[in-house]
Amino acid sequence: MLNFELASPVEQTGRAAVSAPRAALVVLALIVILGLPFALSGYQTFQFSRVIIFAIALLGLNLLTGFNGQISLGHGAFFAIGGYASAILTAKLGVSYWATLPIAGLICFGAGFLFGFPALRLGGLYLALATFALALAVPQLLKFKPFDPWTGGVQGINLAKPQPPLHLPLTRDQWLYFLCLVVAAFLFWVAINLVNSRIGRAMVAIRDHPIAAEAMGVDTAIIKTTIFGLSAAYTGVAGALSTIAIGFVSPDSFGLFVSLSFVLGIVVGGLASIWGVVIGALFIEFVPNYADQLSDVFGESAKALPWAIYGLMVMVIMYAAPSGAAGVAKSLARGVEGLRRRTANDGDRRPAKSG
Amino acid sequence: MAALLETQGLCAFYGPTQVLYGIDLAVEDGGITALLGANGAGKTTLLRALCSMVRREGEIRFGGKPFNPKQAEDAARLGIAHVPDGRGTFLDLTVEQNLRLGAYTRRDRAAVDGDLARTFAYFPRLEERREQQAGTLSGGEQQMLAISRALMMKPRLLLLDEPSFGLAPLVVKDIFAILRAINKEQRVSMLMVEQNANLALNLADHAYLIETGRMVIGGVASALRADEAVRRVYLGY
Amino acid sequence: MIALIHQILSGLAMGSIYACVALAIVMIYQATHLVNFAQGEMAMFSTYVAWAMIDAGMPYWAAFLLTLAFSFAMGMAIERFIIRQFDGAPVLTVVIVFISLLVIINSVAGWCFSYTIKSFDSPFPATSRFGQGFISPHEMGSIGVTLAALALVYVFFRFTPLGLAMRAAAQNPTSARLVGIRVGQMLAIGWGLAAAIGAVAGMMAAPIVYLDPNMMGGILLYGFAAALLGGIDNPWGAALGGFIVGVLENIAGAYLVGEEIKLTVALAIIVGVLVAKPSGLFGRAIVTRV
Repeated sequence: MLNFELASPVEQTGRAAVSAPRAALVVLALIVILGLPFALSGYQTFQFSRVIIFAIALLGLNLLTGFNGQISLGHGAFFAIGGYASAILTAKLGVSYWATLPIAGLICFGAGFLFGFPALRLGGLYLALATFALALAVPQLLKFKPFDPWTGGVQGINLAKPQPPLHLPLTRDQWLYFLCLVVAAFLFWVAINLVNSRIGRAMVAIRDHPIAAEAMGVDTAIIKTTIFGLSAAYTGVAGALSTIAIGFVSPDSFGLFVSLSFVLGIVVGGLASIWGVVIGALFIEFVPNYADQLSDVFGESAKALPWAIYGLMVMVIMYAAPSGAAGVAKSLARGVEGLRRRTANDGDRRPAKSG
Repeated sequence: MAALLETQGLCAFYGPTQVLYGIDLAVEDGGITALLGANGAGKTTLLRALCSMVRREGEIRFGGKPFNPKQAEDAARLGIAHVPDGRGTFLDLTVEQNLRLGAYTRRDRAAVDGDLARTFAYFPRLEERREQQAGTLSGGEQQMLAISRALMMKPRLLLLDEPSFGLAPLVVKDIFAILRAINKEQRVSMLMVEQNANLALNLADHAYLIETGRMVIGGVASALRADEAVRRVYLGY
Repeated sequence: MIALIHQILSGLAMGSIYACVALAIVMIYQATHLVNFAQGEMAMFSTYVAWAMIDAGMPYWAAFLLTLAFSFAMGMAIERFIIRQFDGAPVLTVVIVFISLLVIINSVAGWCFSYTIKSFDSPFPATSRFGQGFISPHEMGSIGVTLAALALVYVFFRFTPLGLAMRAAAQNPTSARLVGIRVGQMLAIGWGLAAAIGAVAGMMAAPIVYLDPNMMGGILLYGFAAALLGGIDNPWGAALGGFIVGVLENIAGAYLVGEEIKLTVALAIIVGVLVAKPSGLFGRAIVTRV
């Protein structure tokens, strides 16, 4: 039977990294992350920038769905709003690209917060329905003729990719990568602190026992709408970064599948797992890539296949390991820990022989 | 008389929690057996275990043969009709539809109309209301409907879970009298869970007493009724 | 005035398609309390199967009937081998499974049939003596076919023993089991029927919206809107909702918000109904036990 075990926030990030092997792992990870753009080609660096961007977007969705239990099938809409906000601010209003990030975040926070109000009255399935509708409606809305002077209509908006500040010896792709990294580091830090705080526990309580939480004095309405806003803000900032990175927005980049791939992404990485979103992001970025390789071998239509396999994988995950990659990793870690403890104890247990 | 239903070492579980511990009981062919006990003793669980509605272990023999239905619908198709607590009527369907659903799995379609007529003979009030939505019936009428639907299955054994629950005494008296008639005339054996021990012991031939999942005492109903110690300690009167 | 009548009749034609989709959704919802997000893709895939048969030379109505049979089998298989594995799982899990199903079917269709848009000819003649200027032959035929399908389903549930058993299994699965009804089988048949009804919608829609793997997205959304408007636990309310939504969509598109953001109208209906009157126009008030 399914064992739907979601991580409690304290459990997964609260353990202080004091042990030596753990510290070594962290240092190794840092070396890899900081060294990547110098070891890889420009395009590959760009791909990893997109991984970071997707990780931010997924983190936003995970805060809402994984930690707070509100199902959103429409986060592509906030990705689009953030992306377009950044494009319009830069192209039409001359705002510097980095300044568009907090503005896009604020705009999306507002949009999410507003959507959070009607969302309060919708239970799981109905919220999924409403956000599904949002995901389908937004691309159409972006093509709305009266908005054309701002959105550029079907053609979209073209932007120049940002140059690194003059004194830094970085290529454009490398600069972009570090920009995304810094933004991500900040946003992850905020998320980790949020999730480990009283509010984080309240979020999880609302997810698991909404009525009990309400009865215990948790202001469910404020938390749910605020988290909706925050989650939208994260995904909106990711959208803005995406616009900056690609240098182009058009309505067709924000179809239903963007929203759905976000949902699949947080599942693969692990619902209610902060670091799991990185794995989900890796999937979203590289799975479609295999599409191109497949189509070389199997013909044009095979582009679609990786998505089918992706969907199948997610189904299998929901059946066998509903806690996703993070859950598997944790179970493995627990298993190893248990094994370690048992072998340590066995050494002490041999009874002393008398006589 | 031979036993129609026998259990040996019957245990039942809700998930990991065990609620019945090694029950041995027998229902005589053609007889009425009462299952008594306080709230939460496990009486309803026992009926559910018989129909494979909960996880169970132990042996059950029905009609002399091993009885291991995989699911509740299999138990029903093998001749055990269960009238659950809360009646379980299809509230949005009419009385007649409820009754015909009782006959859903029967092969002998032609006899169904005859059985319907016989049901209405036992419960004329149901005939009056045959086109009415079951949800609009009174408690007593719904109980009659639930029993009738079970009888439409032409079962060998009828399981009744607290048929007197929530009903006025006069209504209960009526229903129990009809149950006795059905038992005698149709030769339908019955296993009845009841909290109202007095009523049950007046109707039944045999009785068992369960307490917190264990069998305490069993025997001929009249003997149990006469035993003052048993009555005072276990049955509260 | 003529234009308005045309809009209304056109709306009824599209509405008949929405009515079928809404009915399929509500059938599954009634039996399982789940919303089949993959309903549109299933219908799309069935339509492609029909196209393939017609393309191979089969006469239209033969292909139509065979497609219904295929869809029925596909629906049963999906219920039996996929959905049933998640019986009792949390809502989020099930929603994700449906989304995965959506993605898988969409991708497989893209792989088997490619993403180039195909035309799907209407079985109805291009011109007709009747209704000229008001309604096209395909629109009339579409309304006719879908009404026939809806009528057949109605008769099935109302007058046949199997239909009665399925209704019982949906209303009260435990009691249904106790009278020997195989609830699992009833569920599978229900899914098969829903898939077949969806296929009717797809095949009637294809001549209008053209055949491509993403054709049913907007239609599914309107199906949801219709189901919610009519009452998600009331199949005939949902079907009626489909016609209403179809007309509303056309009128709003022609006179209010313009053709291009009609999906926003659907979104507005969905959110509006869910917030103001979740049980829809004809449904029962939903009370949750705390």
